[in-house]
Amino acid sequence: MGQIRTGAQILWESLVREGVSTVFGYPGGAILPAYDALLEYPIHHVLVRHEQGATHMADGFARASGEVGVAIATSGPGATNMVTGIATAMLDSSPIVCITGQVGSKLIGSDAFQETDVTGVTLPITKHNYLVSDVAEVASTVHEAFYVARSGRPGPVLVDITKDAQQSSTEFVWDSSPVQLPGYRPELRVSDAEYAQAVELINGSKRPVVFAGHGVMLSGAVDLVREFAERANIPIAMTLLGIGSFPALHPLNLGMMGMHGEAWVNQAIQEADLLLAFGMRFDDRVTGNIRTYAPNARKIHVDIDPAEFNKNVLVDVTLAGDLANVLRDLLPQVDRGDRSDWLTAIGEMKGDSAVRDVQNLPDTGHLYAAHVINDIWRLTDGKAVVVTDVGQHQMWEAQYYHHQEPRSLITSGGLGTMGFALPAAIGAKLARPDAEVWVVVGDGGFQMTMCELATIAQEKIKLNVAIINNGYLGMVRQWQEFFYERRYAATPLLSPDFAKLADAFGLRSATVSRRQDVEPTIEMARAESGAVVMDFRVEQEDTVYPMVPAGADLDAMIRRPSPSPIVETADD
Amino acid sequence: MTRHTFAVHVEDKPGVLNRVASLFRRRAFNIESLTVGHTETEGVSRMTIVVDTDTNGARRLEANLYKLVNVLRVTDLTAEAVVARELTLVRVAANHETRIQVMQLVDTFRARVVDMTTDSLIIEATGTEEKIDGLMGVLEPYGVLEMVRTGRVAMSRGLQGKVRGPNGDDVTSPETDDNVSHSV
Repeated sequence: MGQIRTGAQILWESLVREGVSTVFGYPGGAILPAYDALLEYPIHHVLVRHEQGATHMADGFARASGEVGVAIATSGPGATNMVTGIATAMLDSSPIVCITGQVGSKLIGSDAFQETDVTGVTLPITKHNYLVSDVAEVASTVHEAFYVARSGRPGPVLVDITKDAQQSSTEFVWDSSPVQLPGYRPELRVSDAEYAQAVELINGSKRPVVFAGHGVMLSGAVDLVREFAERANIPIAMTLLGIGSFPALHPLNLGMMGMHGEAWVNQAIQEADLLLAFGMRFDDRVTGNIRTYAPNARKIHVDIDPAEFNKNVLVDVTLAGDLANVLRDLLPQVDRGDRSDWLTAIGEMKGDSAVRDVQNLPDTGHLYAAHVINDIWRLTDGKAVVVTDVGQHQMWEAQYYHHQEPRSLITSGGLGTMGFALPAAIGAKLARPDAEVWVVVGDGGFQMTMCELATIAQEKIKLNVAIINNGYLGMVRQWQEFFYERRYAATPLLSPDFAKLADAFGLRSATVSRRQDVEPTIEMARAESGAVVMDFRVEQEDTVYPMVPAGADLDAMIRRPSPSPIVETADD
Repeated sequence: MTRHTFAVHVEDKPGVLNRVASLFRRRAFNIESLTVGHTETEGVSRMTIVVDTDTNGARRLEANLYKLVNVLRVTDLTAEAVVARELTLVRVAANHETRIQVMQLVDTFRARVVDMTTDSLIIEATGTEEKIDGLMGVLEPYGVLEMVRTGRVAMSRGLQGKVRGPNGDDVTSPETDDNVSHSV
């Protein structure tokens, strides 16, 4: 016999049993019974300043740790404020569970105060969602929600609990046995015939490229991918979210592919005879023009979600399953390959751009974002967890911070959510308190969620926040420069004095506009026990190169001008 | 682009129809018809969904439907031999002068008259979409006052897996349907 508990108590009991120790939330009327019961349970509640922040924190927590992140909010505006964070987690397959309060079940449909149809609103942006109006269903629903969020292709799950379901009582029974959902098939198996097709293509390929996506990390297949690449001598290109799944400094690493990938990466893809897509989805930012994409390549697509097959790019072989399982089956059948001709050819494509070293460039006093990111990389020995926002700084970080470890770059890829970085970093730091966590964020995105500086201060969270401040919404400005005749509509951006702002929150700060001050500032921040906000005033009209214009052929890149903004000359 | 017919078994839970319909909208598929009702199994509903798409689109649709937690089974009936029917009710103008002619048409289409007033009839007809279209075509000149169609329901023919009756008997029947031909 279980003990009699309220729905609110059952909620926390269930979260504890799911292994939850930290939640990110904001109280309000419809979730108040749950908050009242919170005090009885060993759960650390982080009070956010905006519910969007709570979802990004849960997301950052999940991405940094691989565990389910939890966000909690009240009904109506509390819940709708979560929408951006839920959509972000959805597009990047991040396992989070969002708990929302709902008005009493008798009031549903009456437009009661702070009533919103949250399961309706979030239906297309959750993996699944639940409306719980019966206290007897709270425990089983939480159990199911965690299972759905983390199994198969992970994603956000929302549980909306009416106020009366939180208030009424029932016997608490926890069934920890595996969830049985009759229509849910997270595990898929590849047939022998499909494996045989793949093996034939792999062993027969002369110019193959492996694509490592986010799925490599989600599947826990990092070591297997490396073993595969080394065994068959196949170079690896990564998607933005795949960064970290293969060591950046490994000789087989090509780097990031796509719109802002290095030219040789995209050129190698266009010349490849086989693409092996591991846990990625051929996003339009990766492929450029689909019609001219990798014209000579056969394609093998491994993904846990069969709905991704032939969605954007038509492929020859599809292997539906968990990447780690698929690779375990494939590895013994894959020949040890030489492929030195292909690797040499790629080396020639790289040319001298491969040895470009920001650090060795002459210092003319101009401060570029690349300098800042390169110095952060160098001084952290490439071992920090870096959380980036969206825009130019995000691409520069991907280009200049060489990630060696999985889950060391956390960024909003699919949805491209500005304002993601600061709250996501809070979640990442709480998930991995021993990690050195850096936020790299633009002046635009920072201002979208900078209210979370108060959360950082209240929680005494150690973060290093590097604002790449160029006075513009830089990536939009870049598009205006290239495609809209430099008509800078609404991109010049006035910002507050970020150092003073940090002071107001009681946080240490620095403003840097000279290159020689970058290194000491980074060292100061690393040595500081509390959070530090660094305002790096960088070149205003700097540009992310190379760039494949949206919809253009993948190898039709806008290359770095010569001399490029990074490769400074004496008279620059 | 061809017409694809899906039989989709779903859990009979609140909001499931919304989830399925939302998926079609979200993935930019256009539903031609959707019907839903109970099945032989308690707690399981069956939808028959007709959608215009190509083969790859149909496959992706099936994969996306399977991603819905409440979807139990998806069958693309397009390539299978199926019995497909829809039901229509038509109110057609018919006075004492035209009533007999209309009723003869009704007979020819193996439809039936289910309501009659001095100046109109309600006709109930069951058949393939083509048959219903044909019936509508011949009724049109008399004046169609009101019409409702259910949309297609479909089931595979014959021995595609044994079908068990309520007593566990094999009630699978290879016998063909008497309504195969609808041409007049």
